[in-house]
Amino acid sequence: MKLSNENIIEMYTKMIKIRKFENRAMNLFAEGQIGGFVHLYIGEEAVATGVCSSLRPDDCITSTHRGHGHIIAKGGDLKYMMAELFGKETGYCKGKGGSMHIADATKGILGANGIVGAGQNIACGAGLAFQYKGTDQVCACFFGDASTNQSTFHEGLNLASTWKLPVVFVCENNGYGISVSQAKHQNITDISQRAVAYNIPGITVDGNDVFAVYEAVNEAVARARKGQGPTLIECKTYRWRGHFEGDPTVYRPPGELEQWKKKDPIPRVEKYMLENNVMTQAEVDKLNGTIDALVEEAVDFALASKMPDVSSAVEDVYTDIVEEGRSR
Amino acid sequence: MRELTYGQGIKEGMRIKMLENPDVCIFGEDVGIFGGCFGVTAGLVEEFGEKRVRDTPISEGAIIGAAVGSAAIGLRPIPELMFVDFSTVGMDQLVNQAAKMRYMFGGKLKLPMVVRLPSGGGVAAAAQHSQSLEAWFTHVPGLKVVYPSNAQDAIGLMLTAIDDDNPVIYLENKTLYAMPGEVEDEVKPIPFGKANIKKEGSDVTIISYGKQVYDALKAAELLAKDGIDAEVIDLRSLYPLDKEAIVESVKKTHKVVLVSEEAKRGAYTGDVAAMIAEECFYECDAPIKRVGSLNCPIPFSGVLESYVLPNEVDIVQAVKSLF
Repeated sequence: MKLSNENIIEMYTKMIKIRKFENRAMNLFAEGQIGGFVHLYIGEEAVATGVCSSLRPDDCITSTHRGHGHIIAKGGDLKYMMAELFGKETGYCKGKGGSMHIADATKGILGANGIVGAGQNIACGAGLAFQYKGTDQVCACFFGDASTNQSTFHEGLNLASTWKLPVVFVCENNGYGISVSQAKHQNITDISQRAVAYNIPGITVDGNDVFAVYEAVNEAVARARKGQGPTLIECKTYRWRGHFEGDPTVYRPPGELEQWKKKDPIPRVEKYMLENNVMTQAEVDKLNGTIDALVEEAVDFALASKMPDVSSAVEDVYTDIVEEGRSR
Repeated sequence: MRELTYGQGIKEGMRIKMLENPDVCIFGEDVGIFGGCFGVTAGLVEEFGEKRVRDTPISEGAIIGAAVGSAAIGLRPIPELMFVDFSTVGMDQLVNQAAKMRYMFGGKLKLPMVVRLPSGGGVAAAAQHSQSLEAWFTHVPGLKVVYPSNAQDAIGLMLTAIDDDNPVIYLENKTLYAMPGEVEDEVKPIPFGKANIKKEGSDVTIISYGKQVYDALKAAELLAKDGIDAEVIDLRSLYPLDKEAIVESVKKTHKVVLVSEEAKRGAYTGDVAAMIAEECFYECDAPIKRVGSLNCPIPFSGVLESYVLPNEVDIVQAVKSLF
């Protein structure tokens, strides 16, 4: 598979966009400027990027509680995302969703999701709609290692495989279900093995290698578009931060994070680009500067935006009913 | 006019919309060649094909989840679970996904889906196949809940439900499926939030829905013999609720009895009673009474089940206690 220089630069751009957005969110949380539960994607950038680079704008994704990376990779706008983290009226969800529920249906983002394992069946529904309408769109479904122990994972894979739905199941195996390591939550090492039970292809790839992820997903997407059904792709990766900001990560063995930092997916792409004359160092630096500015623009936009009017709290529950508000 | 059973009415509502809109589809447990556990979808797979009337695995999370995902993309699915009791298995998809997605996403998504859930006891199906769980659904903002009592309403409410852009819980009473009823040749959609006054009266208001409408009407006949003129209201739509019709009736009769088949503790009728107390307490000249099932699981044995479920005698007693 040959990627054009343009493709590679696009992937690299997505990855640094995610990293820089997340680093900024981390700092804003530490400063107390944003609150709630913030689950950062730092270290896993190659997965979302490799997957979403294989998708068309009219394809869909379902995301997880750790969704910022997926949303950025699928084309989410940093301004509206940042405004949502601040709970502002200009945010993607008008301040009603926050970090865990960012969605943009116009870009095929069916939402981050606060329930572990909720996405698999929703992705089946999206795949069903595409199959029903006779389009060749696909839905990529992101989920973590721990969600593969939920009944929904098995229900979703069973339905998608039986109905040959155009879904690509992407397991981001970052080694932990919150604080419980994979070895303590399931009796397998490679989650892709579970595909055998559903008679679909199951592949394990290095989730810190964006090209490997891209290649595997690209093939799975092609199968799905041709009506050949779903694929389970396990991407082995690692989250650098805790489960959420504020998690002291006491459950990590010493040295583990440092080992994974050596496998940082971003310098790997940089190295490839420099060695293969995709970009010069000067161009890389310039691009980094541009993305830094974009993130700052997003923060400025969020800070300058208004808080939502409290009366909006009872809107959007239904399309046609506004619930009763308070008199105070 | 013509005669249809309640079950045929439900089917007719779905069929009309399926003929009208190719995005309307049915999927669920044994809805295809088997015709649904209660025969409601019989004949539809033959008419519309397996693409639009699809048997699913027994996998409630997948059924509701697939409805959520496909509705988000633009279908208008009608998922069916065989019994309302099985909604527990798909409850995350109903409560955390279907009911909340539009709101969480800032109103930028529509989820037009109608979830059909056969409810209620009286068929010796015991504790896991006989419940009345409407309070669970009416409690969740983001869901609409309807419960027809007859064939005509079954059609009219289904037409409205399928056209609604929000998730609608469509509850059906198992004991009514075979009950025939008069149906207009061309049934119009029944707007949600409009109760039906089944019998006008001046002395007491009996509020019910589903099967209990018939118990309430029987009770009204018995009460008439004792000179008590009862008004019987069929709510039809539990949320949105027709507050106006209820308040108007209470202003006229000044006495209220609410009837449902739910276990009485935590029942939906309690919420309606609270609404009456909040809106028109001073119009009531007697306590607001509720009739429901006893607070135990529904037993199997016929003698036990009919003891646990409410009937017209319980309603008559409740009404008489107000005079």
